[in-house]
Amino acid sequence: MSSLTVTDEQVSATPAKVIQPAWVRVMHWINALAMVLMILSGWQIYNASPLFGFSFPRDYTLGGWLGGGLLWHFAAMWLLMINGLAYLVTGFATGRFRKKLLPITPSGVLHDVRAALTFKLGHDDLSVYNYVQRTLYAGIILVGVLIVLSGLGMWKPVQLHWLVMLFGDYPTARYVHFFCMAAICAFLVIHVALALLVPKSLRAMIIGR
Amino acid sequence: MAKRSFLIPGVDKRLLIKDSIKTMPDVTRRRFIAGGASLGALTLLAGCDVIDSSSAEEMLKSVSKFNDAVQAFIFNPDVLAPTFPESAITKPFPFNAYYDLDDAPEVDGKDWKLEVRGLVDNKKSWTLDELYKLPQVTQITRHICVEGWSAIGSWTGTPLRDFLKLIGADTRAKYVWFQCADKDGYNSPLDMRTALHPQTQMTFKYAGEILPRAYGFPMKIRVPTKLGFKNPKYVVSMEVTNDYKGGYWEDQGYNSFSGS
Repeated sequence: MSSLTVTDEQVSATPAKVIQPAWVRVMHWINALAMVLMILSGWQIYNASPLFGFSFPRDYTLGGWLGGGLLWHFAAMWLLMINGLAYLVTGFATGRFRKKLLPITPSGVLHDVRAALTFKLGHDDLSVYNYVQRTLYAGIILVGVLIVLSGLGMWKPVQLHWLVMLFGDYPTARYVHFFCMAAICAFLVIHVALALLVPKSLRAMIIGR
Repeated sequence: MAKRSFLIPGVDKRLLIKDSIKTMPDVTRRRFIAGGASLGALTLLAGCDVIDSSSAEEMLKSVSKFNDAVQAFIFNPDVLAPTFPESAITKPFPFNAYYDLDDAPEVDGKDWKLEVRGLVDNKKSWTLDELYKLPQVTQITRHICVEGWSAIGSWTGTPLRDFLKLIGADTRAKYVWFQCADKDGYNSPLDMRTALHPQTQMTFKYAGEILPRAYGFPMKIRVPTKLGFKNPKYVVSMEVTNDYKGGYWEDQGYNSFSGS
């Protein structure tokens, strides 16, 4: 059991410490796939009866027509829900959420947003999230919970009526579902742009180090 | 919109589509079901088999069947669809079909008879006058379309379960299958547990008036625990059966249970 005690020499001898554990990486990429499938099929479904005065370009929809979009949406939802649930349980059980995402203080967020906008936000230690990251990651988890709950409510507005009531009524749940999608798309743009700006963070999400 | 136009007069559209899919080149077939950005998404699914359109189609169909089973499991026959006050009724209530209102069936109420077939004791056909004499109830519920929009309406008619009892239907059978007067022959299967749900109704009136042509004269089946396309209009026959006979939209890929 002596290997449990790690000396400074051993630490510096290892190439780099694991920044993203394997379960985070696996679930992250499953979620990425599920999200893309859900968004593209969701746009197909939206186009059948648009909430606003626009439709999504056909080339960025999945399924070919409403029926195909629905088949994709209600297949990928299992991937999204099971993976998401496993992520939440593991995140709480391992204490990762608490260690990585908390605390989030207004002054910390303000400071880091200002630093980020002037490109002064350092990324020396990828294992510690700055306040911008904490806010975005915690926020997107909440949006993820909300989009699944509003989606389940729309899927089963009679059997899960209490879930619909949480949002007011069925049409409101539809709007909530749409705006959560919009928030996720906005997050995706920022998230991908930042990952490309700091390539070692992308590497850490692929190989862990 | 999911509206489809009649391709060639006198030709069964569904058979035509089925035949033409078979003759489509592979790439076209793939795009037909997967469409647009799907090819990229499909490759993401890993495994060369998935690229093949029929495998993707088969996978989606299996999941849809699995979803039928999940929904049947979730379905609680005692849970009622929410009801609303008259003030909540959507005006005007939208006409919706895969054809224009001008093409909606014009059924002569005097000649019309509801045919009853399959696993029932009494297979006699019913005239409209006979049906109007049955006890009726009114419900104000939300109609939810597979397209996402919804509207609240007021429907009056006889609970289907009362009628099934009256004709001595074998309620252990799996489905009640409805056929309609719509062009191209609309039809749709209803699982027996939903058919026996207290709010599932043989509807003869909308907003207190005899069902207008737009909403399915002479008879519509109102099922507030199902999506709109599982609420057939212009019904001409019902069959109590253990066989899954498919449906107009179900055969084209809409989830068959489609419960709310």
